[in-house]
Amino acid sequence: MAKPTLMFDALSCCEGCELQVVNCGPALLPILERADIVRFREASDGDADHYDIAFVEGSIVTEHDVEKAKEIRAKTGVLVALGACATIGGVNVVKNFQDPDDVSEYVYGDKKAWFPHIPARPLKAEVKVDAEIHGCPINPQEFLAAAKCLLMGKPYKQPNYPVCVDCKLADNVCLWHKGLPCLGIVTRAGCAPFLCPSAGHKCIGCRGLVDDPNAQAAKDVMAEFGLTVDDILREFRLFQGIYDEVAKEA
Amino acid sequence: MAKAAKTLDVRVDYVTRVEGHGNIRARVEDGELVECQLEVIESPRFFEAMLRGRSWKDAMFLTTRICGICACGHGSASLKATEDAMGFVRSEQTERLRRIVLHAEQLDSHWLHVYFLVAPDFFGVPSVIPLAKTHTDVVLRAMRLKALATHICRVLVGRHTHPIGMVPGGYMKLPSVRVLKDLRAEVAKVEADVQATVDLFATLKMPAFERETEYESITNADEYAFFDGDLVTSDGDRARPRDYGQIIHESIVRHSSAKHVKNKRESLMVGALARFNNNHKQLHPKAKAAAEKLGLKAPCHNTFHNNTAQVVETVHCYYDVLRLLDELIQAGIRDEKPPMEWSGEAGEGVGIVEVPRGTLVHHYQYDKKGIVTGANLVIPTNQNLANIEADFRAYVPQLMKEGKSQDEIRHALEMLVRAYDPCISCSTHLVEVEFR
Repeated sequence: MAKPTLMFDALSCCEGCELQVVNCGPALLPILERADIVRFREASDGDADHYDIAFVEGSIVTEHDVEKAKEIRAKTGVLVALGACATIGGVNVVKNFQDPDDVSEYVYGDKKAWFPHIPARPLKAEVKVDAEIHGCPINPQEFLAAAKCLLMGKPYKQPNYPVCVDCKLADNVCLWHKGLPCLGIVTRAGCAPFLCPSAGHKCIGCRGLVDDPNAQAAKDVMAEFGLTVDDILREFRLFQGIYDEVAKEA
Repeated sequence: MAKAAKTLDVRVDYVTRVEGHGNIRARVEDGELVECQLEVIESPRFFEAMLRGRSWKDAMFLTTRICGICACGHGSASLKATEDAMGFVRSEQTERLRRIVLHAEQLDSHWLHVYFLVAPDFFGVPSVIPLAKTHTDVVLRAMRLKALATHICRVLVGRHTHPIGMVPGGYMKLPSVRVLKDLRAEVAKVEADVQATVDLFATLKMPAFERETEYESITNADEYAFFDGDLVTSDGDRARPRDYGQIIHESIVRHSSAKHVKNKRESLMVGALARFNNNHKQLHPKAKAAAEKLGLKAPCHNTFHNNTAQVVETVHCYYDVLRLLDELIQAGIRDEKPPMEWSGEAGEGVGIVEVPRGTLVHHYQYDKKGIVTGANLVIPTNQNLANIEADFRAYVPQLMKEGKSQDEIRHALEMLVRAYDPCISCSTHLVEVEFR
C-alpha cells in the first residue's frame, strides 16, 4: 500500500511553524517512515498532484492567498491549519483595525496601489479546514501528537479549557497579581506549563479563545485590576482581532 | 566572440530551500541579457503600520513575528530600539544574556542553512531527507547541533521562535547559576560536532564566481560585532546607529517596486561574508583556524563563500557562548527586575544588531505614554536584493561563456540565491518585491 502523502506550505506568515516542524528533529523520523513528504518548499524541491494531508500555515491577506488556499484545498484530503495565522488570523489581523488605505500608504507611500490587500483572515474563512493546531508558533510536541492521530485516521482533539487550568497545575503565581493583563483566563490551553506564564510573562492569546469562554468572569477580573477599554482591546487585538464578540464584550 | 549558446530562458517558480516565496527570471536573446531578476512574490504584511498603537511592552511580541528564523534577532533589535527610546542602560548581566541569545540564533540559523538548505546541492539530492539514509551521521549531527541552539534559547528566553522571557530592560525570569552550569555542560558536549562541520565543508568546493561589491556590517573595537556597534562599509564609510540613514539609502527603482538599499554604489551586501570581510581580525582564534582550513581569506568577493563565512561564524559564536556562560557563572546571577512603567516622556530609539542574514535596524517613535507612533524597519534581505540582481548580471554571462546548459544555469542561479540565505518573509514587511 502506498504511503500517505504530506505537504507543508505557507500563506502570509513568518514560516516559523514549518520551522517548528523541522525543530521536531529525530522525533520526525518515524513519521518520515510512514508517510512521504511530497511538498515542503522551505526544506525541499518537489511537488505532487494530490496530498492526503496538507499542513498550511499563514493567514490570508491578498486575493492571491485566497486562490492559493482554494487550489490547495482542491488537491487535499485532510487540510490542517498550522499555527495562529492559519487558525485565528494571527498578528496579521492587527492591520484590520486601521484604515486599510492608510496602512498601505504608511508602508508603500505613493506606490501603495501596487500592493492590494484584503482584511487579514484565517484559513477557515475561505476554505473548509479539517483540523487545527494552534499557537504562535505551534508547539512541536503538539504537532507530533496531531500528526500521529491524523496518520492513523483519527481526529485530533485539541484541549478545550483555559490556560489558567494548566497554570494552576504548574503552581504559577497568577500574573494578574503581578500587575500583568494575562489573557490566559479565556485563551485555549495546550501550551502551559512550558511557555509564557511559567516564564513570568502574560499570555498574549496566541492560541485563540477557548470554546464558550467565561466572558463575565474575565470582565470582572479586568475591572478589578482597573484596565481601560483601550487597554483590553489592545491586548486582544494582537492575535484575536477576528472575534467580534471580544470587541463587543469589551 | 561567443562560441557558447546565444539564447537562454530560465524561469524558476518558487525557489525551494529558501525562507519565503521567490521566483528567478533570466533571459538572454542574441547574446544580450534582456531580463535578469529575482521576483519576490510574498504577500505584503505591513508590520511598520501595525506597530503604530502598540505599547512599549508589546512591540517585541509583534516584531518577532516578522520571521520564524530570525525571531531572536528581531527581538534583540526591537528591545534595543525601545530601550534607546526610554534612555535605559542595560546591565552587564543583561548584555551577556542577550549576546548569548543572539549567538544561539546565528548558530541555529547558520546550521539550518548550511546543513538543511545548502548541503543537498553538494550531495546532488533535492532535500536533506534522502541524506538521512545515505549520510545518517551527517544528518544526525545537524539535528544535534540545531537542537543545541534551540535548547540555549529555550533555557534563556523560553523558545527560539518566538522568544518570551526577554523584555525591555531585562528579563522576566532569570536563569539560576545551576541552570547556566547545566547549559554549559550541554553546550560543551557538541564541540566535536562543531569541528566536524568545518571538516565537512572543507571538502565541498564552492563554485568559482568573483564580483567585488560594498560590504556593510556593524563593528566595534571590543569584539566581532553582532550585538552592538557603528555601521561601517568596506568602502570606508562609518555612521553611528542613530545615523543609519547616512549609509542605508532606501530607494524605489524603476524596474521594480522593491525598496532597494544602496550606499554610494548600485548595491551592497550584508551577511556573514560582509561581517567576515569587515571584522575578521576579531574572530575567535578557533574560528580563524577554521577559516584557514576552509580556505576563506579576507577580502573575499565570491558570494558563494557566504556559506563558508557562516560556517566560520558558527565556530566563533560557539566558543563565545562558552566564554559568556563562564563569565555569567563566575559573576553569579543578580536578581535584576526590568522596569514596569514607561519613562513618561516621548522618545525615539534605534536598535541595530547583526542577524544571521546581515544588519537589521529597528527604529521606533514613542509618545509620552509609551505607545508607538511611528516605525521604520530595515531588513537584511532587502539590503541584499539589489546585490543579488547585480550578481545575476555578472554570473549569467560567465556561465554562458563556460558553455553551461540551461538546466545547469538554472541550478547555478538557484544556488546563488540560496547562498545569500534570503529571508523573504522578512523582506516583505517593507515591500512586496516584484522585479519586472
